[in-house]
Amino acid sequence: MAQNEKQPISRPQATVMLSRVAHSLYWMSRYIERAENTARLLEVNQQFLLDFQGFDDTGLKEHWGSILASAEDDVLFKTIYDVADSHNVTDFMSLDPRNPNSILSCIFAARENARMIRDQISIEMWETINELYLFLKGRERSEIWARGPYEFFEDIKRHSHLFQGLTESTFSRTEGWEFIQFGKFIERADKTTRILDVKYHILLPDASDVGGAVDTAQWQAVLRSASALEAYHRFYVHEILPWKAAEFIIFSETFPRSLYYCVTRVDEFLCRILAETGPRRRTAAARASKRLLSDLQSLAIDDVLNKGLHEFLVEIQKSLDHIGDEVVETTMFYKAEISSEEQQQQQQQQ
Amino acid sequence: MPIINPSYATDNFFDEMMASKGQVRPHYNRLHQRLGTLTEDDFNKRRAAVDLAFLRRGVTFTVYNDSEGTERIFPFDLIPRIIPSAEWARIEAGLIQRITALNLFLHDIYHEQKILKDKVLPAVQILTAKHFRREFMNFSVPKNIYIHICGTDLIRDHNGQYLVLEDNLRCPSGVSYMLENRAAMRRAFPNVFQSYGVQPVEGYSDQLLKDLRYIAPKGGSKPNVVLLTPGVYNSAYFEHTFLARQMGIPIVEGRDLIVKSSKVYMRTTAGLVQVDVIYRRIDDDFLDPYVFRSDSVLGVPGLVSACRAGNVSLANAIGTGVADDKVIYAFVPKMIKYYLDQDPILANVNTYLASDPTERKFILENMEKLVVKSANEAGGYGMLIGPASTKAEVADFRNKVAENPRNFIAQDPIMLSRSPTWCDGKLEGRHIDLRPYILYGEKVTVTPGGLTRVALRKGSLVVNSSQGGGSKDTWVLKGES
Repeated sequence: MAQNEKQPISRPQATVMLSRVAHSLYWMSRYIERAENTARLLEVNQQFLLDFQGFDDTGLKEHWGSILASAEDDVLFKTIYDVADSHNVTDFMSLDPRNPNSILSCIFAARENARMIRDQISIEMWETINELYLFLKGRERSEIWARGPYEFFEDIKRHSHLFQGLTESTFSRTEGWEFIQFGKFIERADKTTRILDVKYHILLPDASDVGGAVDTAQWQAVLRSASALEAYHRFYVHEILPWKAAEFIIFSETFPRSLYYCVTRVDEFLCRILAETGPRRRTAAARASKRLLSDLQSLAIDDVLNKGLHEFLVEIQKSLDHIGDEVVETTMFYKAEISSEEQQQQQQQQ
Repeated sequence: MPIINPSYATDNFFDEMMASKGQVRPHYNRLHQRLGTLTEDDFNKRRAAVDLAFLRRGVTFTVYNDSEGTERIFPFDLIPRIIPSAEWARIEAGLIQRITALNLFLHDIYHEQKILKDKVLPAVQILTAKHFRREFMNFSVPKNIYIHICGTDLIRDHNGQYLVLEDNLRCPSGVSYMLENRAAMRRAFPNVFQSYGVQPVEGYSDQLLKDLRYIAPKGGSKPNVVLLTPGVYNSAYFEHTFLARQMGIPIVEGRDLIVKSSKVYMRTTAGLVQVDVIYRRIDDDFLDPYVFRSDSVLGVPGLVSACRAGNVSLANAIGTGVADDKVIYAFVPKMIKYYLDQDPILANVNTYLASDPTERKFILENMEKLVVKSANEAGGYGMLIGPASTKAEVADFRNKVAENPRNFIAQDPIMLSRSPTWCDGKLEGRHIDLRPYILYGEKVTVTPGGLTRVALRKGSLVVNSSQGGGSKDTWVLKGES
């Protein structure tokens, strides 16, 4: 690959960052953001069901099924559980170690990445992530269920916010910072598309009963899943309309979880990481990011709805994946690898 | 109820705090008084706070043979070990003398081998040592320093005399606990600590960085120094990140480095950056698959050639392990005499070599009274404590020694000194040792203090963390009490 031919350089030590370290910072940040978003999604949907207890079994199955499908975890789920009810789905997505995307797995993975670069992050960041890890590790699943899942979700969200705030106030604005931010915003953009995708069927052109009580509540739930309910009200001072809600979550220029906002940040940090300064982009990753950003700048909500919200979101997810992979490729000199069993054994023999 | 118990017994051991029943050694007076006013409840609260802080900060080691890869904190005892200034000065002088002689010895046996030609040491013992690196004969290490970092194990016998138990010249660990223990004690007992006048240990990492830069190949104002770790699964991984953090240097794994035209580079997001000095925490065997173990996946292919070309310096140098051999250990007093023409300040534990026919006979006949060790094992493994073993265990070891005499030594059992330690809800004497840390750069420096390890199991003499050991903070005083 091209970067292998780069001439060796000597720079002041402080600004040099190992590729492996950059990679770990990126994943640490993504996993924390992923855990937080999953916690919010599950919490909101549980509450939603409490408000609307009229759902029959089929309705429930559909409800949770669409959440699983949006996370692309439905196939794995079916190999482990029979029924997609509240308990099973929540358990699977929050505490099941067999699900690599469960909140538990995300926190463990974030902590493992943080441990590998323990020397690079501040003591405050490490303590926060380690504390959360110890809390989860020290408890039985049944114990967490008995305490109530809300408190659990609260804990996850609070720790994620604490972690991000501490990162903001204790981490130097170096290349490492750029990787952390890039990871956070790419994950957040992806999760925002998935939160929206859960309810895409309500926005199908032939959907009837738009504006009914259930519908409004569903859109409230979507907005709350993205922490966007209050921001929406402040912006529109209006009752909740499905297309307005979708428009807000996709196109808001000011709300920090909107797709547009996240993609803007992704592009910004990506350009800093890849040293892209000119108007014409040099790297494939930067060109892909620019294309995505231009789409979001030039499209209107009608275009999106005409094309089909679901199709639109799937395409965005694909290009986010592509951008993430490209950046990793460009800044890494070898593929990401977890230690093989042989490596682990030798590390222990030392 | 105060935690100090009037019935605290010294049981005929050398006790660090009590000269005899009811008589406190002068340098422990202040601590003894404080413990006399401290309630058990208060003490336990402080203990719990310290343990929690260790866990949160991740001051842990990894327990192997545990499916979950559990990390545990190294049990920490809140009662410090106190060493008065004059006593420490003697230890310090003894350690400097010893590392100086060992360094001269390493230079000699990898060059002229005068000490063998003069028949002070039997050549066959050296040349058959497991860690003797023939490949490095006549290779000159930067500034002629082999042992940059050393953690000597000291013990005190029943008279309170300090003895050297092991030299640990390869990758001694534990220094991070010395530093973290101090931080914990300052939080747990701020007033007692302050009133004592304790010499600081915090200069260690600055000194280490200075000494690592000192050996950089081409001088230069900013050599690129890195710490090479086996990786996150190594039991000392916390320590590696801790030291890298303290020094502000990158921590790298073998896969982060690459050798091109006999120069070492690290792979960064901006390309390859040359490395000048490597503080390696990987044993020789795993360092370079081209030269040593070819199955090593932790090392850097070509590293040895870069080192030989003088483009990168390693700390410690390759081949220091030969002097860790317990057979060679027995000859250190002779080395001190030979190279420095001095008498050793710190004595060895009386050692018998199984390779010597007369001593072998003595060992085999008196095994149940001796401690028998294999020459190249560490961590309290591969040893027999005669007086504490069954007939069958003794018989088994007797066969092993007879089969492979070169690989065994025996020592008189030492009744290690004891220090008051909080165990099972009361203060009791437990056996301890001391690992001070010595750095060799432009000059030799010994950090005042070190890691005091304590055998928490009643009656046990094994202080290793892998076998139920804990640790204490070590206070070297500015004065005598």
